[in-house]
Amino acid sequence: MVTEPPPLVSVRGLSIHYGDKVALQGVDLDIKTNEIFGIIGPANAGKTSFLRALNRMDEFVPGMQVLGDITFAGRDVRTVRNLYALRKRIGVVFPLPVGLPLSIYDNVALSPRLSGITKHAQLDEIVERCLRRAALWDEVKDRLKGLGSLLSGGQQQRLTIARALSQDPELLLLDEFSIAVDPVTTMRIEEVLKELRQELTIVLVTNLVQQARRLADRTSFFLGGLCVEIAPTEALFSGGAREQSTVDYLEGRFG
Amino acid sequence: MTTIDPMFVATPLEKRNHTIQQLVRTLLLAVALLLVVPALLILGVLVVEGAPGLSWSFLVDPPRSNGAAGGIGLPLLGTLWLTAGALLLALPLGVAAAIYLSEYARDNWLTRTINVAIVNLAGVPSIVHALFGVGAFVHFLHFGKSILAASCTLAVMTLPVVIVATRESLQAVPKAFREACWSMGATRWQTIWRVVLPNSGSGILTGLILCVCRAVGETAPIMFTGAVFLRSMAPQSVFDKTMALSLHLFNVSTQLTDVPHHLPFSVALVLIIVVLALNGTAIAFRMRLRGRKKW
Ligand SMILES: Nc1ncnc2c1ncn2[C@@H]1O[C@H](COP(=O)(O)OP(=O)(O)OP(=O)(O)O)[C@@H](O)[C@H]1O
Ligand SMILES: [Mg+2]
Repeated sequence: MVTEPPPLVSVRGLSIHYGDKVALQGVDLDIKTNEIFGIIGPANAGKTSFLRALNRMDEFVPGMQVLGDITFAGRDVRTVRNLYALRKRIGVVFPLPVGLPLSIYDNVALSPRLSGITKHAQLDEIVERCLRRAALWDEVKDRLKGLGSLLSGGQQQRLTIARALSQDPELLLLDEFSIAVDPVTTMRIEEVLKELRQELTIVLVTNLVQQARRLADRTSFFLGGLCVEIAPTEALFSGGAREQSTVDYLEGRFG
Repeated sequence: MTTIDPMFVATPLEKRNHTIQQLVRTLLLAVALLLVVPALLILGVLVVEGAPGLSWSFLVDPPRSNGAAGGIGLPLLGTLWLTAGALLLALPLGVAAAIYLSEYARDNWLTRTINVAIVNLAGVPSIVHALFGVGAFVHFLHFGKSILAASCTLAVMTLPVVIVATRESLQAVPKAFREACWSMGATRWQTIWRVVLPNSGSGILTGLILCVCRAVGETAPIMFTGAVFLRSMAPQSVFDKTMALSLHLFNVSTQLTDVPHHLPFSVALVLIIVVLALNGTAIAFRMRLRGRKKW
């Protein structure tokens, strides 16, 4: 008998409030190791709020309240003591690119340095590997000392991805990463994400329904603070959606 | 024959808006000029009346005849001691307090009280600071009347502006940078040290400039805590009393009779030059920092 390995992330009864505004309600789901878990849904669905709760970024948002259980790698993230270690294991890419006002090199080397790596050879190796993976190396390899915050929007977004990869995370949270990236580069990054699936688990929040279809193993549909349904991506897109609202959204009939 | 596209012919409304805009511009320019004129006049008078009295020996010689003759070597030296002392105390403390208030403090009543207190502290008259200095540093801490007590008093007086200037520049660093750092597991201090502080240099320099201006120029706070009208020796340690330029100027212009006409002007000119020189350096640094666009 084959027993399924335990899920990497398991969410039970998750609700998120901002003051008395409810952003997410009663979400139950599991994210398996080494899968790409897609989340689609219109604006206001609570997708970003969900990601925030996963690595306890709710702490940075005054008034944000998270109820329910979230476990990551078997540990309850609500009670984890060493938040810094938790966040190091979870990489995040925000919708708007954030190139830190450091050199390109330092942007990518920041996380390794924070965890105590100081050897130049080792840092060089990490920086090059992560920049290559984020499809940015060729464009910046001659100006690694230039400011990361002065790159173009699309380049900054890839820099942000490289920075998230430099943490060597087990879980990568991508929030509409392609919003500021041109289609060609988006395709290149998507290829990278497919490769990364071998090594890590990805939660992909996207506004592009077709992007979820191309990448995600399973896709969930969020609407108005509810997780309407979760299904294997192929089933969902080939007419297997249970809920009428999912069908409407996938076909672009909405609102 | 060419006809002008009616779209580019100004309508009466557009014409009126344009006239108003020109009017406002001229008015604002006039106000700005008006503010500069007194400053230039003062500087002009000082240069015309005081410059002839300047010489190397005037700058380095000690005062003679109670200050009515000789140079200003000792007061100048004393002012540098006092200013350096005030800076050494006020900058680290002020920057530390600003970091706490901007980066660590939660928005609760205590923080708000502290913030209000700081703003009000900046408005306290310097003579009150002087009395506080006498009570706290000269007597309670037993510093006696000394450079140390005077520098402490100046530091307390300038702390609020250092704090406010630094806090503003810390908060000018976008929150997104902090969140990006935190989300990868950096502690608050790591974030401050690697990302926030390196981009707040210009605010810290502004604090320094304001601190220098007041430390060099104030008379009351040092008069009761460490500065004296006359002293024949250069200070040997921070526990000595000292002469100071601002007090010396007060002395030669109001306390002494038969002072040469140009002397007060020359002292005042040196006072202004000291401020301008110290600030000029800081401003040059700040311009270099600001010139490099970071985001
Ligand atoms: N910092 C905040 N303070 C108050 N309310 C918030 C905050 N952030 C989000 N919300 C609210 O929570 C709800 C869900 O927002 P969320 O950002 O999670 O949506 P989303 O699905 O990511 O939308 P989008 O696709 O536009 O990014 C919204 O109604 C929003 O107004
Ligand atoms: Mg969002």
